[in-house]
Amino acid sequence: MLRVRNVGVHFGGIVALDDVSFEVPAGCIVGLIGPNGAGKTTLFNCLSRLYECDSGEILFDGRSLLRIPRHRIAGLGIGRTFQNLALFRTMSVLDNVMVGRHSHTSTGFFVNALRLPAVAREEQATHEKAWALLRLLELEAVAQVRVADLPFGTQKRVELARALASEPKLLLLDEPASGLNHEEVAILGTLIREIRDRLKLTVLLVEHHMSLVMGISDRVVALNFGKKIAEGTPAEVQQHPELIQAYLGAAT
Amino acid sequence: MNKRTLIGIVLVLLLACALPFAVSEYRNFQFTLVLIYSIALLGLNILTGFNGQISLGHGAFYAIGAYCAAILMEQAGLPYWATIPLAGALCLGAGFLFGLPALRLEGLYLALATFALGVSLPQLLKYHRLEEWTGGVQGIVITKPDAPEFLSGLNLALNQDQWLYFFTLAVAVLMFLLARNLLRGRIGRAMMAIRDNPIAAEAMGINISLVKSLTFGISAMFTGIAGALSAIAVQFVAPDSFNIFLSITFLIGIVIGGLASIPGALYGALFIQFVPNIADEISKAAPWAIFGLFLLGFTYLMPTGIAGAIRLGWVRLTRKAHHKPSRVTTILP
Repeated sequence: MLRVRNVGVHFGGIVALDDVSFEVPAGCIVGLIGPNGAGKTTLFNCLSRLYECDSGEILFDGRSLLRIPRHRIAGLGIGRTFQNLALFRTMSVLDNVMVGRHSHTSTGFFVNALRLPAVAREEQATHEKAWALLRLLELEAVAQVRVADLPFGTQKRVELARALASEPKLLLLDEPASGLNHEEVAILGTLIREIRDRLKLTVLLVEHHMSLVMGISDRVVALNFGKKIAEGTPAEVQQHPELIQAYLGAAT
Repeated sequence: MNKRTLIGIVLVLLLACALPFAVSEYRNFQFTLVLIYSIALLGLNILTGFNGQISLGHGAFYAIGAYCAAILMEQAGLPYWATIPLAGALCLGAGFLFGLPALRLEGLYLALATFALGVSLPQLLKYHRLEEWTGGVQGIVITKPDAPEFLSGLNLALNQDQWLYFFTLAVAVLMFLLARNLLRGRIGRAMMAIRDNPIAAEAMGINISLVKSLTFGISAMFTGIAGALSAIAVQFVAPDSFNIFLSITFLIGIVIGGLASIPGALYGALFIQFVPNIADEISKAAPWAIFGLFLLGFTYLMPTGIAGAIRLGWVRLTRKAHHKPSRVTTILP
């Protein structure tokens, strides 16, 4: 589904990604791991076109992403969440999720101002889809609450609901477990698998939380200093000497 | 919209319809101006309150609308009502074109760019080569329109000022309706999403450049229509009525009225129309010092504008009435 081929990114003299290649097969959960500064988020930002790649290619469903404008990525079927939450803070939970439907709706300024029948129909459908997601993520009770007034863990669920609203084929999750407590992380793991099964998604997951990544991923890709150092099933990767070295320092 | 809001709006409209028969001619004129300002403030609020683009130059669009109406009426002989949509269309185009380069600017830099527009336009209107149309420093005097004849056939004899008030009221109701429709749907959500978090908005599939420049156009259209109405109501346009102070006054109006609030535009209009008068009555020597005190008082007591204060007051009132346990949730408008 997603193929990353020889991708390189540098900021001035700093090499953020160096010749990274891997694939995300359809229906899989792929975990992207590595120490801080390994280039995981840089790669994510290349996928959603926030950064330009200096070399290499990224193919989604056989189509290169590198020339597509940022606002078309969602329409192609790639949804994402952000590392430190990027919600529309003054808007309600329901409105946040409804914004997530933007790429699946089409009414413009003129028909909206006149509230033509097409708008009412579209709003109705958007409303229903958004409520279905609020139910799925147990956010119904806070639907009308301003996002900024919610606890962090709930905000993370809102962001997930918003990403799912665009009906992505590929879901990019940037550190979904950060800031969650032990119990919440366990629930999150189950939730991600459940969503993948129910909505037939492919998931690419950046995560520091090892037990979560190793617990739910079908495959794991490990980065360090912008290079891929290991790839395989969680069991394989965990044994990889370079990974152990990257996390624990040189072997003694 | 719930039932209570609807009843409230109907009551306000009934009151607005009765007003010209209850007050003096001068007050009637003042309330016509309030309606006009409310349309201009609504336009600026769509841009600044809902979309997060600040403008210190909306007086320029108000001026373009006013001159458009004046020139079309006095030089092209168009009827007054026909100039309103034309002024709106012209400002829509002008706003959209100004919005394109403004896409690259944010926050204070956008404020400076719009300030440049607001501060330069009055001087351009004085330019001698345009004098043939604009009347130069002298401006243009406009004849006051009469009430249509069919009204006297219905035994509804309105004088010119009363008719103008009702005409303005009708345009204002229409504009508020259009704004509400636009803001409550897909496009309104996109505007607010861009204001709250542009990166996430783009990731959700929103074409930021398009939405922002069109919002600039729509905003200018509202303000331009208000400008056209003001030309007809005041019966006169001149460059110096549209100085930079007008632009700043609009900004004061939306902040005091309530940012990102539709009724806030009306509250703000009442403020910018009447508070300077009240200040003038309190002290002829230093009206602006008194105005400044009012401004400080309002911002201190109502940090979310008059609209925010009313909303909060209403929530407290209804909670007390129902003896509900106080829950810590924010109630949205």
